[in-house]
Amino acid sequence: MMSSRLSRYALRLGALGYLAVLLLTPVVLVFYRAFEHGFGHAWDAVTSHAAVHALELTLLIAAIAVPANTIFGVVLALALVRGRFPGRGLVNAIVDLPLALSPIVVGLSLFLLYGRGGWLGGFAGHGIKILFAVPGMVLATMFVSLPFVVREVVPVLREIGTEQEQAAETLGASPFQTFRRITLPAIRWAVAYGVVLTTARAIGEFGAVSVVSGRIEGRTETLPLYVQAQFESFDTPGAYAASVVLALIAVATVVALRVFHPREETS
Amino acid sequence: MGIAVVDITKRFGAFTALREVSVAIPEGSLTALLGPSGSGKSTLLRVIAGLEQPDEGQVLLGDLDVTDRPARARGVGMVFQHYAAFKHMTVWDNVAFGLTVRKRPRAEIRQRVHELLELVQLEGLAKRYPAQLSGGQRQRMALARALAVEPSVLLLDEPFGALDARVRKELRAWLRRLHDEVHVTTIIVTHDQEEAMEVAGQIVVLNEGRVEQVGSPRELYDSPANEFVMSFVGPVNRLGDTFVRPHDVELSLEPDGSGSSEAMVERVVHLGFEVRVELVRDDGQHLLAQLTQEEAEQLELERGEIVYVRPSRETVFQTPGP
Repeated sequence: MMSSRLSRYALRLGALGYLAVLLLTPVVLVFYRAFEHGFGHAWDAVTSHAAVHALELTLLIAAIAVPANTIFGVVLALALVRGRFPGRGLVNAIVDLPLALSPIVVGLSLFLLYGRGGWLGGFAGHGIKILFAVPGMVLATMFVSLPFVVREVVPVLREIGTEQEQAAETLGASPFQTFRRITLPAIRWAVAYGVVLTTARAIGEFGAVSVVSGRIEGRTETLPLYVQAQFESFDTPGAYAASVVLALIAVATVVALRVFHPREETS
Repeated sequence: MGIAVVDITKRFGAFTALREVSVAIPEGSLTALLGPSGSGKSTLLRVIAGLEQPDEGQVLLGDLDVTDRPARARGVGMVFQHYAAFKHMTVWDNVAFGLTVRKRPRAEIRQRVHELLELVQLEGLAKRYPAQLSGGQRQRMALARALAVEPSVLLLDEPFGALDARVRKELRAWLRRLHDEVHVTTIIVTHDQEEAMEVAGQIVVLNEGRVEQVGSPRELYDSPANEFVMSFVGPVNRLGDTFVRPHDVELSLEPDGSGSSEAMVERVVHLGFEVRVELVRDDGQHLLAQLTQEEAEQLELERGEIVYVRPSRETVFQTPGP
Protein backbone atom coordinates (compact mmCIF):
# COMPACT_ATOMS: atom_id res chain seq x y z
CA MET A 1 0.00 0.00 0.00
CA MET A 2 2.66 2.40 1.18
CA SER A 3 4.92 1.77 -1.79
CA SER A 4 2.13 2.27 -4.33
CA ARG A 5 1.31 5.61 -2.75
CA LEU A 6 4.97 6.55 -2.77
CA SER A 7 5.35 5.66 -6.42
CA ARG A 8 2.28 7.71 -7.21
CA TYR A 9 3.80 10.76 -5.50
CA ALA A 10 7.09 10.13 -7.28
CA LEU A 11 5.27 10.04 -10.60
CA ARG A 12 3.50 13.33 -9.89
CA LEU A 13 6.72 14.94 -8.74
CA GLY A 14 8.47 13.76 -11.89
CA ALA A 15 5.71 15.13 -14.14
CA LEU A 16 5.63 18.47 -12.32
CA GLY A 17 9.42 18.73 -12.33
CA TYR A 18 9.49 18.07 -16.06
CA LEU A 19 6.94 20.85 -16.65
CA ALA A 20 8.78 23.20 -14.32
CA VAL A 21 12.15 22.74 -15.96
CA LEU A 22 10.96 22.71 -19.54
CA LEU A 23 8.12 25.22 -19.55
CA LEU A 24 7.79 27.24 -16.44
CA THR A 25 11.41 28.22 -15.69
CA PRO A 26 12.13 29.80 -19.08
CA VAL A 27 8.90 31.82 -19.02
CA VAL A 28 9.48 32.95 -15.44
CA LEU A 29 13.02 33.95 -16.41
CA VAL A 30 11.70 36.12 -19.23
CA PHE A 31 9.43 37.90 -16.76
CA TYR A 32 12.30 38.31 -14.33
CA ARG A 33 14.66 39.73 -16.92
CA ALA A 34 12.00 42.07 -18.34
CA PHE A 35 11.48 43.75 -14.98
CA GLU A 36 15.10 43.47 -13.86
CA HIS A 37 15.71 47.17 -14.38
CA GLY A 38 12.40 48.23 -12.97
CA PHE A 39 8.86 48.38 -14.20
CA GLY A 40 9.27 51.82 -15.75
CA HIS A 41 12.02 50.65 -18.03
CA ALA A 42 9.94 47.73 -19.25
CA TRP A 43 6.95 50.00 -19.75
CA ASP A 44 9.02 52.39 -21.85
CA ALA A 45 10.20 49.47 -23.97
CA VAL A 46 6.71 48.21 -24.77
CA THR A 47 5.25 51.66 -25.37
CA SER A 48 7.87 52.65 -27.91
CA HIS A 49 6.45 53.51 -31.30
CA ALA A 50 7.78 50.35 -32.97
CA ALA A 51 6.52 48.08 -30.18
CA VAL A 52 3.03 49.56 -30.16
CA HIS A 53 2.84 49.33 -33.93
CA ALA A 54 3.99 45.72 -33.80
CA LEU A 55 1.29 44.88 -31.27
CA GLU A 56 -1.36 46.65 -33.32
CA LEU A 57 -0.29 44.86 -36.48
CA THR A 58 -0.31 41.51 -34.69
CA LEU A 59 -3.84 42.10 -33.45
CA LEU A 60 -4.98 43.34 -36.87
CA ILE A 61 -3.67 40.22 -38.59
CA ALA A 62 -5.34 38.01 -35.97
CA ALA A 63 -8.58 40.00 -36.34
CA ILE A 64 -8.67 39.11 -40.06
CA ALA A 65 -7.21 35.60 -39.99
CA VAL A 66 -9.20 34.23 -37.05
CA PRO A 67 -12.75 35.04 -38.26
CA ALA A 68 -11.82 33.91 -41.78
CA ASN A 69 -10.47 30.59 -40.56
CA THR A 70 -13.40 30.15 -38.18
CA ILE A 71 -16.01 30.49 -40.92
CA PHE A 72 -13.97 28.50 -43.40
CA GLY A 73 -13.17 25.90 -40.72
CA VAL A 74 -16.82 25.28 -39.84
CA VAL A 75 -17.79 25.07 -43.53
CA LEU A 76 -14.92 22.70 -44.28
CA ALA A 77 -15.73 20.54 -41.25
CA LEU A 78 -19.36 20.28 -42.42
CA ALA A 79 -18.20 19.35 -45.91
CA LEU A 80 -15.78 16.74 -44.60
CA VAL A 81 -18.27 15.09 -42.25
CA ARG A 82 -21.60 15.53 -44.03
CA GLY A 83 -20.59 15.86 -47.67
CA ARG A 84 -19.99 13.09 -50.15
CA PHE A 85 -17.60 14.36 -52.75
CA PRO A 86 -14.68 12.80 -54.58
CA GLY A 87 -11.28 13.53 -53.07
CA ARG A 88 -12.65 13.97 -49.56
CA GLY A 89 -9.86 11.85 -48.12
CA LEU A 90 -7.28 14.01 -49.85
CA VAL A 91 -8.84 17.23 -48.56
CA ASN A 92 -8.91 15.74 -45.09
CA ALA A 93 -5.18 15.06 -45.31
CA ILE A 94 -4.35 18.48 -46.78
CA VAL A 95 -6.06 20.22 -43.84
CA ASP A 96 -3.35 18.83 -41.58
CA LEU A 97 -0.54 20.05 -43.81
CA PRO A 98 0.03 23.33 -41.91
CA LEU A 99 0.55 21.31 -38.72
CA ALA A 100 3.16 19.12 -40.33
CA LEU A 101 4.90 21.68 -42.51
CA SER A 102 7.60 23.90 -41.06
CA PRO A 103 6.30 27.51 -41.07
CA ILE A 104 9.41 28.67 -42.87
CA VAL A 105 8.48 26.43 -45.80
CA VAL A 106 5.01 27.98 -45.80
CA GLY A 107 6.60 31.40 -45.98
CA LEU A 108 8.88 30.40 -48.82
CA SER A 109 6.07 28.86 -50.84
CA LEU A 110 4.00 32.05 -50.50
CA PHE A 111 7.10 33.98 -51.51
CA LEU A 112 7.37 31.88 -54.66
CA LEU A 113 3.69 32.19 -55.46
CA TYR A 114 3.31 35.93 -55.03
CA GLY A 115 6.89 37.07 -55.61
CA ARG A 116 8.29 38.51 -58.82
CA GLY A 117 7.86 35.86 -61.52
CA GLY A 118 5.53 33.81 -59.30
CA TRP A 119 2.20 32.50 -60.62
CA LEU A 120 0.27 35.19 -58.84
CA GLY A 121 3.08 37.73 -58.86
CA GLY A 122 1.10 39.78 -61.37
CA PHE A 123 -0.98 41.27 -58.56
CA ALA A 124 1.97 43.43 -57.68
CA GLY A 125 1.75 45.09 -61.09
CA HIS A 126 -1.87 46.09 -60.41
CA GLY A 127 -1.06 48.02 -57.34
CA ILE A 128 -1.95 45.32 -54.87
CA LYS A 129 1.06 44.62 -52.77
CA ILE A 130 1.06 41.20 -51.20
CA LEU A 131 4.63 40.41 -50.35
CA PHE A 132 6.36 42.61 -47.77
CA ALA A 133 2.93 43.95 -46.84
CA VAL A 134 -0.02 43.12 -44.61
CA PRO A 135 -1.95 40.97 -47.16
CA GLY A 136 0.94 38.51 -47.42
CA MET A 137 1.30 38.34 -43.67
CA VAL A 138 -2.42 37.69 -43.27
CA LEU A 139 -2.22 34.92 -45.88
CA ALA A 140 0.75 33.34 -44.12
CA THR A 141 -1.03 33.51 -40.77
CA MET A 142 -4.22 32.02 -42.22
CA PHE A 143 -2.20 29.21 -43.75
CA VAL A 144 -0.54 28.15 -40.51
CA SER A 145 -3.63 28.56 -38.31
CA LEU A 146 -6.10 26.88 -40.68
CA PRO A 147 -6.43 23.37 -39.16
CA PHE A 148 -7.48 24.23 -35.60
CA VAL A 149 -11.19 24.98 -36.01
CA VAL A 150 -11.62 22.15 -38.53
CA ARG A 151 -9.89 19.65 -36.26
CA GLU A 152 -11.94 20.64 -33.22
CA VAL A 153 -15.28 20.64 -35.01
CA VAL A 154 -14.97 17.46 -37.12
CA PRO A 155 -15.08 14.92 -34.25
CA VAL A 156 -17.99 16.72 -32.58
CA LEU A 157 -19.96 16.75 -35.83
CA ARG A 158 -19.26 13.02 -36.22
CA GLU A 159 -20.42 12.36 -32.70
CA ILE A 160 -23.71 14.26 -32.88
CA GLY A 161 -24.65 12.48 -36.12
CA THR A 162 -27.33 13.63 -38.53
CA GLU A 163 -30.50 12.51 -36.76
CA GLN A 164 -31.15 15.82 -35.02
CA GLU A 165 -30.63 17.70 -38.28
CA GLN A 166 -32.97 15.33 -40.11
CA ALA A 167 -35.57 15.70 -37.39
CA ALA A 168 -35.34 19.49 -37.76
CA GLU A 169 -35.72 19.12 -41.51
CA THR A 170 -38.87 17.01 -41.24
CA LEU A 171 -40.24 19.64 -38.84
CA GLY A 172 -40.01 22.22 -41.61
CA ALA A 173 -36.68 23.91 -40.84
CA SER A 174 -34.74 25.31 -43.80
CA PRO A 175 -31.06 24.30 -44.13
CA PHE A 176 -30.03 27.63 -42.61
CA GLN A 177 -32.51 27.34 -39.72
CA THR A 178 -31.26 23.81 -39.08
CA PHE A 179 -27.67 25.01 -39.02
CA ARG A 180 -28.33 27.96 -36.76
CA ARG A 181 -30.70 26.28 -34.32
CA ILE A 182 -29.47 22.68 -34.25
CA THR A 183 -25.96 22.24 -35.63
CA LEU A 184 -24.33 25.43 -34.35
CA PRO A 185 -25.44 25.06 -30.71
CA ALA A 186 -24.18 21.48 -30.76
CA ILE A 187 -20.70 22.46 -31.99
CA ARG A 188 -20.37 25.82 -30.23
CA TRP A 189 -17.85 24.67 -27.60
CA ALA A 190 -15.71 23.02 -30.22
CA VAL A 191 -15.80 26.19 -32.34
CA ALA A 192 -14.89 28.32 -29.32
CA TYR A 193 -12.00 26.02 -28.49
CA GLY A 194 -10.84 26.09 -32.09
CA VAL A 195 -11.04 29.89 -32.16
CA VAL A 196 -8.84 30.14 -29.07
CA LEU A 197 -6.25 27.80 -30.58
CA THR A 198 -6.38 29.68 -33.89
CA THR A 199 -5.91 33.00 -32.10
CA ALA A 200 -2.96 31.70 -30.13
CA ARG A 201 -1.29 30.45 -33.26
CA ALA A 202 -2.06 33.62 -35.24
CA ILE A 203 -0.58 35.88 -32.58
CA GLY A 204 2.50 33.77 -31.98
CA GLU A 205 3.37 32.93 -35.58
CA PHE A 206 6.95 33.78 -36.48
CA GLY A 207 8.46 31.69 -39.26
CA ALA A 208 6.01 32.04 -42.13
CA VAL A 209 5.26 35.70 -41.40
CA SER A 210 8.95 36.43 -41.09
CA VAL A 211 9.65 35.31 -44.66
CA VAL A 212 6.81 37.21 -46.37
CA SER A 213 6.91 40.37 -44.26
CA GLY A 214 10.31 41.69 -45.24
CA ARG A 215 10.52 42.78 -41.59
CA ILE A 216 10.33 46.51 -42.12
CA GLU A 217 10.41 48.12 -38.71
CA GLY A 218 7.32 50.14 -37.92
CA ARG A 219 5.56 48.76 -40.99
CA THR A 220 5.57 45.01 -41.39
CA GLU A 221 6.82 43.94 -38.01
CA THR A 222 4.53 41.86 -35.83
CA LEU A 223 5.21 41.44 -32.14
CA PRO A 224 7.13 38.17 -32.48
CA LEU A 225 9.20 39.74 -35.27
CA TYR A 226 9.79 42.79 -33.10
CA VAL A 227 11.05 40.57 -30.27
CA GLN A 228 13.48 38.91 -32.65
CA ALA A 229 14.65 42.27 -34.06
CA GLN A 230 15.27 43.75 -30.59
CA PHE A 231 17.10 40.60 -29.57
CA GLU A 232 19.35 40.75 -32.61
CA SER A 233 20.14 44.41 -32.05
CA PHE A 234 21.21 43.66 -28.45
CA ASP A 235 18.25 45.51 -26.95
CA THR A 236 17.54 42.57 -24.69
CA PRO A 237 15.40 44.47 -22.16
CA GLY A 238 13.15 45.57 -25.07
CA ALA A 239 12.98 42.00 -26.35
CA TYR A 240 12.12 40.67 -22.90
CA ALA A 241 9.48 43.31 -22.28
CA ALA A 242 7.77 42.57 -25.60
CA SER A 243 8.04 38.87 -24.81
CA VAL A 244 6.16 39.48 -21.60
CA VAL A 245 3.32 40.99 -23.61
CA LEU A 246 3.23 37.87 -25.79
CA ALA A 247 3.43 35.66 -22.70
CA LEU A 248 0.52 37.50 -21.10
CA ILE A 249 -1.54 36.99 -24.23
CA ALA A 250 -0.61 33.30 -24.02
CA VAL A 251 -1.72 33.15 -20.37
CA ALA A 252 -5.05 34.71 -21.34
CA THR A 253 -5.31 32.08 -24.08
CA VAL A 254 -4.64 29.25 -21.65
CA VAL A 255 -7.32 30.59 -19.32
CA ALA A 256 -9.73 30.83 -22.26
CA LEU A 257 -8.88 27.25 -23.21
CA ARG A 258 -9.85 26.10 -19.74
CA VAL A 259 -13.11 28.02 -19.95
CA PHE A 260 -14.02 26.76 -23.41
CA HIS A 261 -12.75 23.24 -23.08
CA PRO A 262 -15.32 21.00 -24.77
CA ARG A 263 -17.50 19.61 -22.05
CA GLU A 264 -20.82 17.99 -21.52
CA GLU A 265 -23.84 20.15 -21.93
CA THR A 266 -24.69 21.45 -18.48
CA SER A 267 -28.17 20.09 -18.39
CA MET B 1 -53.95 11.62 -45.99
CA GLY B 2 -53.33 8.32 -47.74
CA ILE B 3 -49.88 7.39 -48.95
CA ALA B 4 -48.98 5.63 -52.16
CA VAL B 5 -45.54 4.39 -53.03
CA VAL B 6 -45.19 3.45 -56.69
CA ASP B 7 -42.39 1.30 -58.10
CA ILE B 8 -39.74 2.70 -55.78
CA THR B 9 -36.18 1.54 -56.38
CA LYS B 10 -33.37 2.76 -54.16
CA ARG B 11 -29.73 1.82 -54.47
CA PHE B 12 -26.80 2.61 -52.21
CA GLY B 13 -23.79 2.05 -54.44
CA ALA B 14 -23.88 -1.62 -55.43
CA PHE B 15 -26.49 -2.47 -52.80
CA THR B 16 -30.14 -2.34 -53.82
CA ALA B 17 -32.19 -1.47 -50.76
CA LEU B 18 -35.59 -1.33 -52.46
CA ARG B 19 -36.65 -3.08 -55.67
CA GLU B 20 -39.74 -1.71 -57.38
CA VAL B 21 -41.71 -1.46 -54.19
CA SER B 22 -45.35 -0.44 -54.45
CA VAL B 23 -47.53 -0.02 -51.38
CA ALA B 24 -50.81 1.77 -50.75
CA ILE B 25 -51.49 3.03 -47.24
CA PRO B 26 -55.10 3.99 -46.56
CA GLU B 27 -55.93 7.31 -44.94
CA GLY B 28 -56.16 7.15 -41.17
CA SER B 29 -54.67 3.66 -40.92
CA LEU B 30 -51.85 2.48 -38.72
CA THR B 31 -49.56 0.42 -40.94
CA ALA B 32 -46.47 -1.49 -39.91
CA LEU B 33 -43.49 -2.06 -42.19
CA LEU B 34 -42.19 -5.37 -40.91
CA GLY B 35 -39.02 -7.14 -41.92
CA PRO B 36 -35.60 -8.30 -40.81
CA SER B 37 -32.69 -5.87 -40.73
CA GLY B 38 -31.56 -5.00 -44.22
CA SER B 39 -35.01 -5.66 -45.67
CA GLY B 40 -35.39 -2.03 -46.72
CA LYS B 41 -38.17 -1.08 -44.30
CA SER B 42 -36.35 1.93 -42.82
CA THR B 43 -35.19 3.05 -46.25
CA LEU B 44 -38.80 2.94 -47.49
CA LEU B 45 -39.88 5.08 -44.54
CA ARG B 46 -37.08 7.58 -45.21
CA VAL B 47 -38.04 7.73 -48.88
CA ILE B 48 -41.60 8.58 -47.85
CA ALA B 49 -40.27 11.21 -45.41
CA GLY B 50 -38.07 12.75 -48.11
CA LEU B 51 -34.85 12.00 -46.25
CA GLU B 52 -33.74 9.68 -49.06
CA GLN B 53 -34.22 10.33 -52.75
CA PRO B 54 -35.39 7.23 -54.67
CA ASP B 55 -33.58 6.27 -57.88
CA GLU B 56 -36.88 5.36 -59.53
CA GLY B 57 -40.56 5.57 -58.70
CA GLN B 58 -42.90 8.01 -57.05
CA VAL B 59 -44.20 8.92 -53.62
CA LEU B 60 -47.74 10.27 -53.41
CA LEU B 61 -49.24 11.94 -50.36
CA GLY B 62 -52.94 12.09 -51.01
CA ASP B 63 -53.13 12.88 -54.73
CA LEU B 64 -49.96 14.91 -54.68
CA ASP B 65 -46.69 13.65 -56.16
CA VAL B 66 -44.10 14.71 -53.59
CA THR B 67 -41.16 12.73 -55.01
CA ASP B 68 -39.12 15.85 -55.74
CA ARG B 69 -40.10 17.79 -52.64
CA PRO B 70 -37.63 18.17 -49.80
CA ALA B 71 -38.57 16.66 -46.44
CA ARG B 72 -39.35 20.06 -44.92
CA ALA B 73 -42.11 20.70 -47.46
CA ARG B 74 -43.84 17.32 -47.17
CA GLY B 75 -45.76 17.88 -43.95
CA VAL B 76 -44.68 14.60 -42.39
CA GLY B 77 -43.93 14.01 -38.74
CA MET B 78 -41.05 11.67 -38.06
CA VAL B 79 -39.93 9.88 -34.91
CA PHE B 80 -36.49 8.29 -34.88
CA GLN B 81 -35.27 5.17 -33.11
CA HIS B 82 -32.75 7.08 -31.02
CA TYR B 83 -35.18 9.95 -30.32
CA ALA B 84 -33.16 12.61 -32.18
CA ALA B 85 -33.94 14.90 -29.26
CA PHE B 86 -32.53 18.42 -29.54
CA LYS B 87 -30.16 18.08 -26.62
CA HIS B 88 -29.59 21.77 -25.98
CA MET B 89 -33.30 22.59 -25.80
CA THR B 90 -35.84 22.00 -23.08
CA VAL B 91 -38.75 19.62 -23.61
CA TRP B 92 -40.92 22.66 -24.24
CA ASP B 93 -38.57 24.09 -26.90
CA ASN B 94 -38.21 20.68 -28.53
CA VAL B 95 -41.96 20.36 -28.95
CA ALA B 96 -42.30 23.98 -30.06
CA PHE B 97 -39.51 23.73 -32.65
CA GLY B 98 -41.66 23.00 -35.70
CA LEU B 99 -43.97 25.87 -34.81
CA THR B 100 -41.19 28.37 -34.11
CA VAL B 101 -39.44 27.69 -37.44
CA ARG B 102 -42.82 28.34 -39.05
CA LYS B 103 -42.97 31.62 -37.12
CA ARG B 104 -46.42 30.97 -35.70
CA PRO B 105 -47.84 33.49 -33.24
CA ARG B 106 -46.53 33.10 -29.73
CA ALA B 107 -49.93 32.52 -28.13
CA GLU B 108 -50.75 29.77 -30.60
CA ILE B 109 -47.43 28.05 -29.94
CA ARG B 110 -47.98 28.23 -26.20
CA GLN B 111 -51.41 26.70 -26.44
CA ARG B 112 -50.43 23.97 -28.89
CA VAL B 113 -47.34 22.88 -26.94
CA HIS B 114 -49.39 22.81 -23.78
CA GLU B 115 -52.00 20.55 -25.38
CA LEU B 116 -49.37 18.22 -26.78
CA LEU B 117 -47.45 17.88 -23.54
CA GLU B 118 -50.72 16.93 -21.92
CA LEU B 119 -51.42 14.43 -24.68
CA VAL B 120 -48.08 12.69 -24.15
CA GLN B 121 -48.27 13.08 -20.37
CA LEU B 122 -45.19 15.24 -19.97
CA GLU B 123 -46.89 18.38 -18.56
CA GLY B 124 -44.68 18.55 -15.50
CA LEU B 125 -41.42 18.08 -17.37
CA ALA B 126 -41.57 21.01 -19.81
CA LYS B 127 -38.50 22.73 -18.38
CA ARG B 128 -36.31 19.63 -18.32
CA TYR B 129 -33.60 18.83 -20.85
CA PRO B 130 -33.73 15.57 -22.80
CA ALA B 131 -30.78 14.22 -20.80
CA GLN B 132 -32.97 14.41 -17.69
CA LEU B 133 -35.69 12.19 -19.18
CA SER B 134 -36.04 8.42 -19.33
CA GLY B 135 -36.01 6.73 -22.74
CA GLY B 136 -39.78 6.35 -22.75
CA GLN B 137 -40.28 10.02 -21.85
CA ARG B 138 -37.84 11.11 -24.54
CA GLN B 139 -39.70 9.13 -27.15
CA ARG B 140 -43.04 10.59 -26.04
CA MET B 141 -41.46 14.04 -26.33
CA ALA B 142 -40.27 13.19 -29.85
CA LEU B 143 -43.80 12.12 -30.72
CA ALA B 144 -45.28 15.36 -29.39
CA ARG B 145 -42.67 17.30 -31.37
CA ALA B 146 -43.64 15.44 -34.56
CA LEU B 147 -47.36 15.99 -33.92
CA ALA B 148 -46.92 19.71 -33.18
CA VAL B 149 -46.85 20.68 -36.86
CA GLU B 150 -50.07 18.76 -37.47
CA PRO B 151 -48.49 16.42 -39.99
CA SER B 152 -50.64 14.74 -42.59
CA VAL B 153 -48.59 11.60 -42.05
CA LEU B 154 -46.77 10.27 -38.99
CA LEU B 155 -43.69 8.13 -39.61
CA LEU B 156 -42.14 6.12 -36.78
CA ASP B 157 -38.77 4.48 -37.38
CA GLU B 158 -38.40 1.64 -34.85
CA PRO B 159 -39.64 4.05 -32.20
CA PHE B 160 -39.47 1.59 -29.34
CA GLY B 161 -36.33 -0.25 -30.43
CA ALA B 162 -34.04 1.40 -27.89
CA LEU B 163 -36.36 0.89 -24.92
CA ASP B 164 -36.50 -1.96 -22.45
CA ALA B 165 -39.17 -4.62 -22.85
CA ARG B 166 -41.62 -3.36 -20.22
CA VAL B 167 -41.60 0.27 -21.38
CA ARG B 168 -41.87 -0.93 -24.96
CA LYS B 169 -45.06 -2.82 -24.16
CA GLU B 170 -46.57 0.16 -22.36
CA LEU B 171 -45.75 2.55 -25.18
CA ARG B 172 -47.23 0.22 -27.79
CA ALA B 173 -50.56 0.17 -26.04
CA TRP B 174 -50.32 3.92 -25.56
CA LEU B 175 -49.51 4.49 -29.25
CA ARG B 176 -52.53 2.39 -30.21
CA ARG B 177 -54.78 4.52 -28.01
CA LEU B 178 -53.16 7.72 -29.26
CA HIS B 179 -53.84 6.72 -32.84
CA ASP B 180 -57.49 6.15 -32.01
CA GLU B 181 -57.55 9.70 -30.67
CA VAL B 182 -55.51 11.51 -33.31
CA HIS B 183 -56.38 9.48 -36.45
CA VAL B 184 -53.36 10.64 -38.42
CA THR B 185 -52.17 8.18 -41.07
CA THR B 186 -49.28 6.42 -39.35
CA ILE B 187 -46.50 4.12 -40.50
CA ILE B 188 -44.40 2.29 -37.96
CA VAL B 189 -41.22 0.46 -38.91
CA THR B 190 -40.39 -2.57 -36.80
CA HIS B 191 -38.51 -5.85 -36.96
CA ASP B 192 -40.65 -7.24 -34.15
CA GLN B 193 -43.61 -9.23 -35.51
CA GLU B 194 -45.36 -9.15 -32.15
CA GLU B 195 -45.14 -5.35 -32.07
CA ALA B 196 -46.44 -5.10 -35.63
CA MET B 197 -49.37 -7.41 -34.89
CA GLU B 198 -50.25 -5.70 -31.65
CA VAL B 199 -50.18 -2.15 -32.96
CA ALA B 200 -50.98 -2.14 -36.65
CA GLY B 201 -54.17 -2.67 -38.61
CA GLN B 202 -52.23 -3.40 -41.75
CA ILE B 203 -48.81 -4.99 -42.07
CA VAL B 204 -46.44 -4.77 -45.02
CA VAL B 205 -43.86 -7.55 -44.85
CA LEU B 206 -40.59 -6.65 -46.54
CA ASN B 207 -37.64 -8.87 -47.33
CA GLU B 208 -34.52 -8.08 -49.33
CA GLY B 209 -36.04 -4.88 -50.67
CA ARG B 210 -39.25 -6.50 -51.87
CA VAL B 211 -42.79 -6.59 -50.54
CA GLU B 212 -43.61 -10.17 -49.60
CA GLN B 213 -47.18 -9.63 -48.45
CA VAL B 214 -49.60 -6.94 -47.37
CA GLY B 215 -52.48 -7.76 -45.07
CA SER B 216 -54.08 -7.58 -41.66
CA PRO B 217 -52.24 -9.34 -38.81
CA ARG B 218 -54.75 -12.14 -38.96
CA GLU B 219 -54.40 -12.63 -42.72
CA LEU B 220 -50.63 -12.79 -42.46
CA TYR B 221 -50.77 -15.34 -39.68
CA ASP B 222 -53.56 -17.52 -41.05
CA SER B 223 -52.77 -17.38 -44.74
CA PRO B 224 -49.18 -16.34 -45.29
CA ALA B 225 -48.30 -15.86 -48.94
CA ASN B 226 -45.03 -17.72 -48.75
CA GLU B 227 -42.48 -19.49 -46.66
CA PHE B 228 -40.76 -16.24 -45.63
CA VAL B 229 -43.91 -14.63 -44.26
CA MET B 230 -44.94 -17.85 -42.55
CA SER B 231 -41.67 -18.13 -40.69
CA PHE B 232 -41.35 -14.41 -40.01
CA VAL B 233 -44.72 -13.78 -38.40
CA GLY B 234 -44.45 -16.63 -35.92
CA PRO B 235 -42.48 -19.73 -34.93
CA VAL B 236 -42.79 -22.60 -37.36
CA ASN B 237 -41.69 -26.22 -37.82
CA ARG B 238 -40.55 -27.21 -41.24
CA LEU B 239 -41.21 -30.86 -42.08
CA GLY B 240 -40.01 -31.48 -45.62
CA ASP B 241 -42.25 -29.31 -47.77
CA THR B 242 -44.85 -28.70 -45.12
CA PHE B 243 -44.93 -26.04 -42.41
CA VAL B 244 -46.58 -26.50 -39.06
CA ARG B 245 -47.07 -23.95 -36.27
CA PRO B 246 -45.97 -25.26 -32.86
CA HIS B 247 -49.50 -24.88 -31.50
CA ASP B 248 -50.76 -27.10 -34.32
CA VAL B 249 -48.57 -29.99 -33.22
CA GLU B 250 -50.67 -32.49 -31.27
CA LEU B 251 -48.98 -34.85 -28.86
CA SER B 252 -50.34 -38.16 -27.61
CA LEU B 253 -48.94 -41.06 -25.66
CA GLU B 254 -50.50 -43.68 -28.01
CA PRO B 255 -50.05 -43.88 -31.80
CA ASP B 256 -53.35 -43.06 -33.49
CA GLY B 257 -52.47 -44.44 -36.88
CA SER B 258 -53.40 -41.56 -39.18
CA GLY B 259 -50.29 -39.54 -39.90
CA SER B 260 -48.71 -39.63 -36.48
CA SER B 261 -45.04 -40.27 -36.01
CA GLU B 262 -42.84 -41.19 -33.10
CA ALA B 263 -40.69 -38.58 -31.37
CA MET B 264 -38.63 -38.27 -28.23
CA VAL B 265 -39.00 -35.40 -25.75
CA GLU B 266 -35.73 -33.50 -25.55
CA ARG B 267 -36.70 -30.64 -23.28
CA VAL B 268 -39.79 -29.23 -21.62
CA VAL B 269 -39.87 -25.46 -21.00
CA HIS B 270 -42.52 -24.09 -18.63
CA LEU B 271 -43.46 -20.48 -19.42
CA GLY B 272 -46.45 -20.16 -17.14
CA PHE B 273 -49.61 -20.78 -19.12
CA GLU B 274 -47.64 -21.91 -22.13
CA VAL B 275 -45.43 -24.98 -22.20
CA ARG B 276 -42.91 -25.50 -24.98
CA VAL B 277 -41.80 -29.00 -25.81
CA GLU B 278 -38.71 -29.66 -27.90
CA LEU B 279 -38.87 -32.98 -29.68
CA VAL B 280 -36.74 -35.04 -32.02
CA ARG B 281 -38.29 -37.52 -34.44
CA ASP B 282 -36.76 -40.89 -35.15
CA ASP B 283 -35.59 -39.55 -38.55
CA GLY B 284 -33.59 -36.86 -36.73
CA GLN B 285 -36.03 -34.02 -37.46
CA HIS B 286 -36.35 -31.47 -34.65
CA LEU B 287 -39.79 -30.17 -33.71
CA LEU B 288 -41.25 -27.58 -31.42
CA ALA B 289 -44.68 -28.09 -29.86
CA GLN B 290 -46.66 -25.54 -27.90
CA LEU B 291 -49.13 -26.78 -25.31
CA THR B 292 -51.15 -25.27 -22.55
CA GLN B 293 -50.09 -26.06 -19.01
CA GLU B 294 -53.15 -28.25 -18.61
CA GLU B 295 -52.36 -30.34 -21.70
CA ALA B 296 -48.79 -30.75 -20.58
CA GLU B 297 -49.86 -31.88 -17.12
CA GLN B 298 -52.22 -34.51 -18.54
CA LEU B 299 -49.43 -35.97 -20.66
CA GLU B 300 -46.93 -35.81 -17.78
CA LEU B 301 -44.12 -35.19 -20.25
CA GLU B 302 -40.57 -35.80 -19.22
CA ARG B 303 -37.26 -35.72 -20.93
CA GLY B 304 -36.48 -38.92 -22.86
CA GLU B 305 -40.10 -39.98 -23.10
CA ILE B 306 -41.48 -41.31 -26.40
CA VAL B 307 -44.62 -39.57 -27.70
CA TYR B 308 -46.58 -39.48 -30.93
CA VAL B 309 -46.86 -36.25 -32.89
CA ARG B 310 -49.53 -35.31 -35.40
CA PRO B 311 -49.89 -31.95 -37.11
CA SER B 312 -53.51 -30.81 -36.79
CA ARG B 313 -53.01 -28.17 -39.45
CA GLU B 314 -50.24 -27.80 -41.98
CA THR B 315 -49.35 -25.47 -44.78
CA VAL B 316 -47.71 -26.32 -48.09
CA PHE B 317 -46.45 -23.61 -50.42
CA GLN B 318 -46.27 -24.21 -54.12
CA THR B 319 -42.66 -23.87 -55.04
CA PRO B 320 -42.26 -21.26 -57.75
CA GLY B 321 -41.50 -22.73 -61.17
CA PRO B 322 -37.95 -22.66 -62.53
